[in-house]
Parts: sequence; structure tokens; C-alpha cells
Amino acid sequence: MSVDKRHWIAQRVAKELKNGDVVNLGIGLPSLVGNYVASNVELIIQSENGLLGLDGMANEDQADPDLVNAGGQAITAVEGACYFDSAMSFTIIRGGHVDVSILGALEVDQDANLANWLVPGKLAPGMGGAMDLVVGARTVIIAMEHTNKGKPKLLKRCSLPLTATGQVNLVVTEFGVFKPNTRGFEVLELAPNVSLEMAQAASQATLYVSA
Amino acid sequence: MKGILDKQQVADLFIDQHSVMVGGFMANGAPELLIDILLDSKLRDLHLISTDTAMPDKGSGRLITAKRIKRLTASHIGLNPNTGKQMFAEELDVELVPQGSLAERIRCGGAGLGGVLTPTGLGTLAAENKRVIEVEGQQFLLELPLRADIALIKASKADERGNLFYAKTTRNFNPLMATAATLVIAQVDEIVAKGQLEAESIATPGIFVDYLYCPAHQNQKE
Repeated sequence: MSVDKRHWIAQRVAKELKNGDVVNLGIGLPSLVGNYVASNVELIIQSENGLLGLDGMANEDQADPDLVNAGGQAITAVEGACYFDSAMSFTIIRGGHVDVSILGALEVDQDANLANWLVPGKLAPGMGGAMDLVVGARTVIIAMEHTNKGKPKLLKRCSLPLTATGQVNLVVTEFGVFKPNTRGFEVLELAPNVSLEMAQAASQATLYVSA
Repeated sequence: MKGILDKQQVADLFIDQHSVMVGGFMANGAPELLIDILLDSKLRDLHLISTDTAMPDKGSGRLITAKRIKRLTASHIGLNPNTGKQMFAEELDVELVPQGSLAERIRCGGAGLGGVLTPTGLGTLAAENKRVIEVEGQQFLLELPLRADIALIKASKADERGNLFYAKTTRNFNPLMATAATLVIAQVDEIVAKGQLEAESIATPGIFVDYLYCPAHQNQKE
């Protein structure tokens, strides 16, 4: 995906976040969202390996071997950050104390299901904390490319093993912002220079604009 | 805490165990020196419990790479290609568990609990062969306790009682695993005198730790 598309997705997701939100950012595209948050919005970013108060990626001078994100990469923490063990980390996640979880997906369907941890026979990264995050977080936003090499990812029904059922609140792709609903995906917003026809052509599920 | 061991004394403890918990998260806070000793031991065909298999040359991933593991319980294996290869070749039996459920299963193992009920995994493959229990109209999966013969953990500092302090994100699964194994060995960077750790900063009470391993401490004494 081009830098422009990733930029559009990350900045659009950032608009959904409110001052004081406790937010968990998945690896890859979701991890960029923090860079686009408005200056009057202060987030408390959780890293599920045991931190509330993630700041950003560490440069070489800042890198501390005792401080990494859930992908094992060196990061920095904000003043007032705190550390805890994995049981506490998932008490935060599973107990409904995370306001927004932002993560990628391989497929999302109109029943708000998502798949992102297993392609049988091919790829088995495992669910990590994703199953806990999508079930436990109050709002789940999927930030992903609209298609996988041209193959639609907004589906009537997921074909891959599910991460959770009925948990997705919003999907943001380079084509726009979509909300799963049993009759399809409601189009809340289209990206600049994207028409409904273009977005529909790249989707398997029906897209519709609410009257 | 029973004592501070040197490398040979740690090696002598690895005789007939079948399951091992290894702390660390993507090898951050992993007991690399204890893994070295385990790799030198005769232990084979182990059941490894670790939240991930890190990378091929790091943390618990090294036990996979050296083919010392027959059965794995983990939440994420995506950054160690050897794990997937051995799994698809059916050399390694892998149980993937949601990370929060894994943490709670180990906590149950250490806390004398019969299991934990969670909605995580309902309606997915993670629910296979698990009991669904309804409580006040809501469905939950029953996740069972996990224990191991050995826990290899890593802390930043210990005091002479075996109380442990973990720096920043190195804590992760280490304090949980310290509660849930028959033999608990902690690799530490430094051992300080009693009273030198701030009591409120201790994340693992020394009663959970059987032995400390600290090469820097050995050197200090010599």
C-alpha cells in the first residue's frame, strides 16, 4: 500500500479517538495512528506486554533493552507511565478498561466478525492478544487495506477461522469508513477521489449509504 | 529461596522434567542464560509453555530451533518461522491459547484455582474441546489451570531472600510463572542484600523462588 493510503487510514482512525481514551494499537498500520492524534487529545496507550503510557518508537540513542512494545521493538514511555505483569495487562483488556482497540484484519464481515490469526495449512501466527482485545475493548476499529492483492476483505461472511464474533464497530480502509450491519456495510465516509461504485467493486458485501 | 547456584549446580537440577515454563515476551525479560544451560542438558521432548516463541535465535525460540520441544502451549508463534515449520511437519504439537487466557491459566495453576471463565474465544477455534458454562444467562469458556515441572524466569534484581524486582516491560509472564511450577529458577542481573530492595517494588515474593542464578554475583564473590 502506498504511503498516502496508509497516511489517510491512520489519520482517519485518529479522528475517532477522544481525550483520555485508553487505546491499544496493534502492530503494523495501527501502530501509526498515534502519530496523527490532534494536539488537544491525550491518549493513554496500552502495550499488552505490560505498559500503560507508550510514547513512540525509540531511536538508537533512546533504546532501552528493558522497554519494548508487543512486537518486541524498542519504544519510549511517557512521564507517568506504569508497568505491570501479563495478568494485570489482560485484566485491563478483558475487564473493559480499554476504550478503543485498533487492529488489522485479513477479513471482516457484515455480522461484525473478523479473522486475523490463522490461514489453515499456510500461516499460523496465533492470536496473541487479539481475541482478548476484540472481546474486551469497548470499541473495536479495524484499520486495514480494503483488499488483499485485489481480493475483497469486506465480506458477507468470513471464510477464515474467526478471531471473535460480532465485535467489530468500525472499519477504516483507504476507500473510506464502513460500519458492519446485518444487511451489509454502511458507508459513513468515502476517502477523497473514491466513489461508492469503486468501493463496491472492491467489496464482496453490499455497501450502502444510509438514507 | 533455597540458594544461589552456579552453572553446574543449575545443570544438575535438569534431570527428569517434562514440562517447562519460560518467561519473557518476544524474548524481552527472557532468561537467556538459563536457556543456555537447558540446551546443554539432556532434557528433550519437553512441553514448553511460553507466551510466544520469540525469534529463532532468541528466548524460548531457541528451544524450538534446537528441536527440544515436542509440545507447545503459546499465544503467538508468528515471528519464529521454525515453530510454524515444525508444526506443519507434525514434529511439534501446538496449542494456541489467547494471551489473556494463557496468563489466567498460569495464574490459576499457581493460585490453586480450578479454572477461569472467560468470553474470549467463544465462537472460534479456541473454543474447541472446551466446556461452555452459562452464568446468569451469559456464556463463558472454561479455561483450565496450567502448571509445569520447571519455570525459568528472569528478573532485574533479587535480594538475598529471593524477592524479585523486574525493570519496565521485562515483568510480563515472569511473576505468573514463578507461582506455577514445582522448581522455579530465576536468572537475575544483580543480587542485593536484604532490605536493599524497596519492599513495595517487589513483584515476586521470594517464597516462590527456589534458586537464583546470577553470574555477576559469582564473579563478585571470587
